[in-house]
Parts: sequence; C-alpha cells; structure tokens
Amino acid sequence: MEWETVIGLEVHAQLATRSKIFSGAATAYGAEPNTQACAIDLGLPGVLPVLNREAVRMAVKFGLAIGARIAPTSVFARKNYFYPDLPKGYQISQYDLPVVATGQMTITVDGALKTIGITRAHLEEDAGKSLHEDFHGSTGIDLNRAGTPLLEIVSEPDLRSAKEAVAYMKKLHALVRYLEICDGNMQEGSFRCDANVSVRRKGESRFGTRAEIKNLNSFRFVERAINFEVERQIELIEGGGAVVQETRLYDSVKDETRSMRSKEEANDYRYFPDPDLLPLEIGAALIDEVRATLPELPDAKQQRFRSDYALSDYDAEVLTATRELADFYEAVVRSANCDAKLCANWVMGDLSAALNEANLEITASRVDADRLAGLLQRIADDTISGKLAKQVFETMWQEGATADAIIEREGLRQITDSSAIEAIIDRIMADNPGQLAQYRAGKDKLFGFFVGQAMKATQGKANPQQLNELLKRKLDA
Amino acid sequence: MSLDSEAVKRIAWLARLSIDEDRVADYARDLSGILDFVEQMNAVDTGSAMPLAHPLDQSQRLRPDEVVESDQRERFQQQAPAVEAGLYLVPKVIE
Repeated sequence: MEWETVIGLEVHAQLATRSKIFSGAATAYGAEPNTQACAIDLGLPGVLPVLNREAVRMAVKFGLAIGARIAPTSVFARKNYFYPDLPKGYQISQYDLPVVATGQMTITVDGALKTIGITRAHLEEDAGKSLHEDFHGSTGIDLNRAGTPLLEIVSEPDLRSAKEAVAYMKKLHALVRYLEICDGNMQEGSFRCDANVSVRRKGESRFGTRAEIKNLNSFRFVERAINFEVERQIELIEGGGAVVQETRLYDSVKDETRSMRSKEEANDYRYFPDPDLLPLEIGAALIDEVRATLPELPDAKQQRFRSDYALSDYDAEVLTATRELADFYEAVVRSANCDAKLCANWVMGDLSAALNEANLEITASRVDADRLAGLLQRIADDTISGKLAKQVFETMWQEGATADAIIEREGLRQITDSSAIEAIIDRIMADNPGQLAQYRAGKDKLFGFFVGQAMKATQGKANPQQLNELLKRKLDA
Repeated sequence: MSLDSEAVKRIAWLARLSIDEDRVADYARDLSGILDFVEQMNAVDTGSAMPLAHPLDQSQRLRPDEVVESDQRERFQQQAPAVEAGLYLVPKVIE
C-alpha cells in the first residue's frame, strides 16, 4: 500500500520586543523567576492590557515579507483553558480575524522548488513555565515568560514529508532572523513548532485524521517526531485500527510520540472577542512605514550572490543562511577585491571550521573581514601558496597580526623567481643521479620524489605550478 | 435549541464551576431559554451589517515598547498560598 503524508506546521516565533505584548514588564531571557511578571501578566483583578506597538510592527513586517495581506482590522480573542502557568484562565490570541492573512514561501527540497501556503499569522501572548522538578510534591510556576509576544505562523497542509517540513521551518527561521523580529534561539524556546500530521492512501483526496505533536524545539526533533508519527499511523491503519484526533508529545530520549492524556478534554477553547481590547486597525501609513524598513530578503540575496559573484546555488545558499554571514562575506569580497569564489571558499571552509571549533558566531570571529581579505589578496597575487595560507590563517586566528606581518616575520613569501627555483632543481638533480637515471628510463612515478625534494629545499615556498613546469622541463631535457 | 443535563455539566466542568446536582435541571431550562433568545435574533437578516467586535466605536491604542514595570515579586508573592525559590507553588499538574 502506498501512503502519502500530509503535514501542516504551526510555528511560534517569540517577537524580539523589549517589553511584553500587553504590559511594560521586561522580556529578557534568564531572569530570576517571577521578577519580570507584573500585575497584568499575573492577571490580577482590575488590570487592563495595552497592546505593544512594536509587536504589531513586527507582525506587519513578517506579513509583508511573505507577500501576505495585512488585515485593516483584526481582533483579539480569549482562548479559554485552565492550566497553572496561565494565570488569567485564558490566553489572549487572535481567532477569526488574524493580523496577517494568506501568504506563501518557496522551499527547495532535493533541488526542486515548492511553494508552501501560509494560511495566517496572528499575535498572541505566551504562557508561563511549569517546573515539574520536585517541590515537595508541588509544581513550581515561573511567570516571567507569561505575556511575551508570539507570532503564530500557520502553514497550509502543503508539506508532504518530514524533510519538507524541516526545509520549511529552516526557511522560516532564517526569514524571522533576517527581519530581526525574532532571535531564533531554539534552545531558549524563542522558535518552536507544533506539527499536524496525518496519512492517507495515495490518490485519496480527503485528509486522514490528524494528530498534533506539540512543542518541537529543534529541526532534528521535527524530523524524527514526524517520521515516528507517520510510521505509527500507517501501522495502526494497516492493522485495522483508526487514528484518533489528539495531542501528542515527542519524547526525544525514547524517540517516540505519545498521547497527552491530561489535555484530552481541553479542546473546547470557547473563543470570544476580548472585551478588554479594541479592534486593531492598521492603516496604509503604518504599512508603508514598515515596508521601508524591510531588508533584502534571503531569496533575493541568494539570487544576487549567484549573479554578482558567480557563485553556485550551494555556495549562495550557505553564505546567505544568516544575514551576519552574508554581510561578512560581502565585506571580505569588497576589501579583498579579488576572486569572489576564492573568498567564498575561505569563508565557508577554513573560517567556518575555525568558528565551529571555537563555538563562535560569525560576528565574534577572531579574524575579521579585513584581515581575512588581506590574506586572500596574498594568495591572489601569488605571494603565498594556498597551503602556506592555511598556516598563516591559523597564526592569524591565534594572534591579532595581519597576514602581511606574519608572512614577513616567518619568511613565508613564495619563491616565484624562476632562476632561483631552477638553481635548486639543478642541485637536486646533481645530488640524486640514481633517481634521475631511473626517471629518465621511464619510471614516471619518481616525478613526485623530485617535487618533494624541491619543496623540502624551499620549505614549501616554491610556487607549486611554476615548480612543476620547471621540473618537468629540466627532467625531460 | 435546548441543553440537556449532560451539556450543562460539561460546560460547568470546562468553566471549573461547581454546581449542585439538584439545580442542574433549572440551569438547563434557563440556559436553553437564553439560547432560544439567541436563535430568535439569529433569524434577523444581518447580511449587510459588519460584525461588531467591540461596543465602543474606537480602535486599539498602542503603547511604545518600553520597560516601565519594576520587580515587585515580594509584594505579589505575599498574596500566594505557597512560594519557594521565587516560584509560585501549585498542586502537581503532571501525573
């Protein structure tokens, strides 16, 4: 039996505002418990929520970036449920009139382009955190996160595999970071998703019953949770059973999803418009103002990298993964003013490897764009070979010196003077008459021996191409 | 539209309201009366009217994104039945 997987994602992006969506309490991560939870966040009687302008602007910015319609009027609604980390007994969210409606995004999977519909994006407040470590049989509640603005981005059920789901989520992750509306920190929960997963027989037009997997906070977990869930559903149906519509949790340790029994009956949220909040009206003036702040978006930047720098699809994709990396690369190209592909190779190669090893972000690189450019110029003008450049780079990474200073100090300047190289070759030939005779008798492999001797004699500084040519000419003479 | 006792009990449970068993029939009758009234209003053709999200004819005021609240944990937690290490304590919620 051939099965088709149908996935829709609900991504929650924490908006990078300083204060909360409806109160003036701070949103900074990692504060002492409950020190950033004010009367409004605690849901004390008599308080009134007032909407944060910046949260609205960020939602609009996202909407414009995915080509969506921005609702001229949208409405906040109460989503009612009881849980201790939700002090009011309801979450302020948006229901039938969200701020951002119907946009789309293009993903690339296995070289093929696919457009994924985005049904809507709406503003809402986050809940607090429940700490289930043992407090004498009680649960501890930290309400610092309560009231943090979230943008919930809901996709159409257009995704057909875990791989597509991950590609979509990564693309969205890059986009919100480009827009500077979310820090994208998944470990801290700033970017997380729920996955709606169902299966159906190939060719069937109706959707199967779906299960919702909650709170996936890494790309790897999204992929593994979906793959597990698809297998589970197929086995269930093929065994004569039926999928139940329910909420499930992914357990990364056991690599399985399981039913969240406690929330089984809580699906009746009884939404209604929040009487504490008036309708949100967004006029053309605000939209134009936000549009003017849109940066170059990832797709456009990738396209430009391909055409301006003659980079491959792969290079352009890697180098535009974040705005910071793209900016660094362009700074190197500008400063080095040499082969853009050479610059790409070094940023994606030695530099990225060094950053990974030191666990540093590109913005904290120990070799800045200008110094890296200085090194690349010396490769481009044949002052040093690519091999010695790696050695210079390692020294640069350890100390603050420029490439030129290190090349000078360590005497690494490449030997490009033909007569000097020829003199060395003559000496090596004279010192190794046996090898020379064997080579000339047809033992071609010995060419490598002479290259090695010459490199040894010049401490690796002979220009490799030049050495090869001169050596060949002399040996074959 | 009329509500039976089961529906009344379910709604009470969802709203975490405790109701006396012997009042359930009364609640069912009263709530059904309200729903009938709503049905009556639903019969009016409102196709040409915009749904009203709020009785005030105004739009939401926005505030600047500034942190204006200070830490008042001490005072808030004086109201709480149980606190520890800065956390509010509640009965265990995970089975």
